[in-house]
Amino acid sequence: MTKHTVLDNKDTRSGFGAGLLELGKTNPAVVALCADLTGSLKMDAFAKEFPDRFLQCGIAEANMMGIAAGLTIGGKIPYTGTFANFSTGRVYDQIRQSIAYSGKNVKICASHAGLTLGEDGATHQILEDIGLMRMLPGMAVINPCDYNQTKAATIAIAKYDGPVYLRFGRPVVPNFTPTDQVFEIGKAVIMNEGSDVTICATGHLVWKAIEAIEILSHQGIQCDLLNLHTIKPLDETAILNSIKKTGCVVTAEEHQLNGGLGDAVAQFLSRNLPTPQEFVGVNDSFGESGKPEELMVKYGLTSNAIVEKVLAVIKRKF
Amino acid sequence: MSNKEQLTELVTQTRRDIVRMVHAVQSGHPGGSLGCTEFMVALYNNVMEYTPKPFNMDGNNEDIFFLSNGHISPLFYSVLARAGFFDISELSTFRKLNSRLQGHPTTHEHLPGVRIASGSLGQGISVAVGAALAKKMNNDTHTVYVLCGDGELQEGQIWESVIYAAAKKVDNIILTIDLNGQQIDGATKDVLPIGDVRQKFDAFGWQTFHMANGNNIDEVISVLNDAKKACGNGKPIAIIMKTEMGAGVDFMMGSHKWHGIAPNDEQLQTALAQLHSTIVDY
Repeated sequence: MTKHTVLDNKDTRSGFGAGLLELGKTNPAVVALCADLTGSLKMDAFAKEFPDRFLQCGIAEANMMGIAAGLTIGGKIPYTGTFANFSTGRVYDQIRQSIAYSGKNVKICASHAGLTLGEDGATHQILEDIGLMRMLPGMAVINPCDYNQTKAATIAIAKYDGPVYLRFGRPVVPNFTPTDQVFEIGKAVIMNEGSDVTICATGHLVWKAIEAIEILSHQGIQCDLLNLHTIKPLDETAILNSIKKTGCVVTAEEHQLNGGLGDAVAQFLSRNLPTPQEFVGVNDSFGESGKPEELMVKYGLTSNAIVEKVLAVIKRKF
Repeated sequence: MSNKEQLTELVTQTRRDIVRMVHAVQSGHPGGSLGCTEFMVALYNNVMEYTPKPFNMDGNNEDIFFLSNGHISPLFYSVLARAGFFDISELSTFRKLNSRLQGHPTTHEHLPGVRIASGSLGQGISVAVGAALAKKMNNDTHTVYVLCGDGELQEGQIWESVIYAAAKKVDNIILTIDLNGQQIDGATKDVLPIGDVRQKFDAFGWQTFHMANGNNIDEVISVLNDAKKACGNGKPIAIIMKTEMGAGVDFMMGSHKWHGIAPNDEQLQTALAQLHSTIVDY
């Protein structure tokens, strides 16, 4: 079993803020936009350091998306920042027409995704954003797992020519990926190798999966773990190679079962290698107020839930 | 092009293009297209500085234009083609399968001259503001033009962008509002009255210009020049342009009826009889 060490505990949004600041220093084309959530998005440092390249848009997300699209026409690389809910559902048509269909090089950076936003409740806890974004032709969808990976992803997407949805979160969680790990869009990171089951996890559920693997190892079950930080384009080769070895899969995400990573993996496998699959995610439900960890337990997004699904899917192997 | 006779001829030819394009596929939006013809012809042939070929998406060091009310695409396409962005023969592909001339303008098919998709209303001013800000960051002193409809002002995003542009002193943008008083369901005053548009823009901190007759080419040029001179004074600029929907074709004028329907064969002939070919049909 691969040993993963917790380097420290940090929020992924701070990884975004750190990545953005670094980009500001290295790439003069990068412009940041925010809709009255500069502190929440950890964009303050960029705003302070590069005031001429920071656009405070106020509580007007539709306009922010349009401005971002327009900035690309002058050769800028705009990074928009607001909560995931206001980055997607609220502005879907603006993203669809002015960014995705228009092929604009906008980086839509979305914090406070999923249940772990916590106490603010379901109005703000979007669990549909991955689905909304991956349906748009040409939109890359990225959901890193920790601070280091979010920082690396933030920097990497500047070099990718096209619209990107970058999703991260609010809570302080283990930071365990190497500081110097290169972020490759669309390339899964193999976090553990084993031949009994494949676990495909994204975002905050990657660490939960690592915890699950530890529990399962004591029961003699060896897991492949793919950190699918990129949901679109999906790393089909990595998934196929792993499934050929294990013959079953569990997907895990902080998102609705409808439309998310599990759907993406199932759709790919159904066409290429039909495989027994179990899903860890939110089952057609809105969230509610509560502490992030309480919510993760109530809605079944825990290492124990992954363990249960692994035991179930192994029994279903062909 | 500064010769008034040439501009007038181009206006008439553009109107012929519009009715012929819409007739050919029995779909599209002739009303607003005909109403804004003088404006678009003047803008592209007398006011804006740009290079049609090779088309540069970034639009650096040239004036650029965005069409927010994308449904008047027949006008946009005719003006672009006759300004040299692409061959006029391509106008015959309008709204047909595999065409670059989609029902509503798009960058997706790489049609030169189009820098953003539009059609879902209310988005163009925001995009123009973004492009104008990029010009400022690039020390490019050229102007960004954007056209929107008056019914379109019912969209909320318009007012987000209007607040922003004034607050952030985006003074290299000239918005023109086509005040034809019509929208699909009827007269704007009946569907959802939008009040005094000029007062609203004044109140929001824009510098406004009134164009009493947007179907008079002299007045269009004069007001556009005045607007251009006002750029750089710390305020975004709006031209409230009164036009007649369907202008140039008598039976299409005076109501909302021809917003989005095509003339039949007989109506086409009636229309063309009022718009004598001045240059050459596509």
